[in-house]
Amino acid sequence: MSGDHQHGSVLSEMDLRVRALETLLVDKGYVDPAALDALIETYEQRIGPHNGARVVARAWTDDAFRDRLRADATAAIAEMGYSGRQGEHMVALFNTPARHHLVVCTLCSCYPWPVLGLPPAWYKSAPFRAKAVVDPRGVLADFGVTIPADVELSVHDSTAELRYLVVPMRPEGTEDWNAEQLAALVTRDAMIGTGVARSPAEEPELVR
Amino acid sequence: MNGPQDLGGQHGFGPVRPEQDEPWFHDDWERRAFALTIAMGATGAWNLDASRHARESMPPADYLSSGYYRIWFEGIVRLMSERGMVDDAELADGRMRVPPVALPRRLEAAAVPTVLAKGAGTERPAAAAARFAVGDAVRTIVMNPVAHTRLPRYARGRAGTVVSVHGAHVYPDTHARGEGEQPQWLYTVRFDARELWGADTTASSVCVDCWEPYLVGGGA
Repeated sequence: MSGDHQHGSVLSEMDLRVRALETLLVDKGYVDPAALDALIETYEQRIGPHNGARVVARAWTDDAFRDRLRADATAAIAEMGYSGRQGEHMVALFNTPARHHLVVCTLCSCYPWPVLGLPPAWYKSAPFRAKAVVDPRGVLADFGVTIPADVELSVHDSTAELRYLVVPMRPEGTEDWNAEQLAALVTRDAMIGTGVARSPAEEPELVR
Repeated sequence: MNGPQDLGGQHGFGPVRPEQDEPWFHDDWERRAFALTIAMGATGAWNLDASRHARESMPPADYLSSGYYRIWFEGIVRLMSERGMVDDAELADGRMRVPPVALPRRLEAAAVPTVLAKGAGTERPAAAAARFAVGDAVRTIVMNPVAHTRLPRYARGRAGTVVSVHGAHVYPDTHARGEGEQPQWLYTVRFDARELWGADTTASSVCVDCWEPYLVGGGA
């Protein structure tokens, strides 16, 4: 903090520094202030895990799409209108009764923006990046999730420009659900691998 | 570089603390720092690998005590300072003293949707045939470069198996230091978790995306 409270300032040091830099870069002509607003609006209002949930639900209900997602995830996801920055090279990881996938970026914050939006703070934090590659079951416990002991924990460290989307297992009791209903069960964490898809019992309003 | 960013396998940070109904940004300055980082990246004044190197060059104690948007902010400040695009007095009060330099591009608001939708793919034509194929036993090299690399310390000098081949991609180790894209074959290599950690792991395997210069043949 600036310690400048007698003048009524409630701006933090970071507020002041970022404002100073923005003013400077606009004045130098390096950035278009309207472009900054457009970037924020895009990632705050439009792009988020609802995109990925639609991809997963379609993979659960459309076998041909599932095959395309397995063969070329970038193209399959682009079919649904999701592509571009931080999703240029997508790989889908399919959970099975024998294998659970978990994605981390130990070196920075690589994350599939077009399908999940911007990463949550914990994904970029030291505890997650340190622990996920060595103790994924401990990470799952931090999320209150237990995976049976006989299931392999397969961790993927996003060290290159490949971006990973976990396709969780379809919950039991959803055999007659359509893709739109199923998408409501697919959480962001399930698509990172720090969770599993919700069961119908957790979504009573969707049970007919 | 063996900087504070290379966190895989470190102990002592405590549990992961997910936040219920987390907002996209926790402060308004995070919004602006995010957008400034993307917009400045789009100017072409530096590339993504150089910006990663700038972030990991933050002093370790500062890096580990900062949230990620702070790390991004300090990264662009470092990149611009190194290039003489801003000076300390300007950063302190936001008043321009150093005249602007010519940059390759400027991201205009109208172009934002197109630029984001296009992205910046890293796959390039390969200069030579791939040395490895799916199923090959490989070993990562031992190295400790002070410059940028994407091979984490925990995965150096370890035996694994190629599980996929992804074409040739921009090589971050040269790209980050302005020596060009020098595309190299990119592989996903699966390591048995015990090869990396001994018995002290709950993982079965860890996959790492490795460029060909990180690998030698004959893992076992």
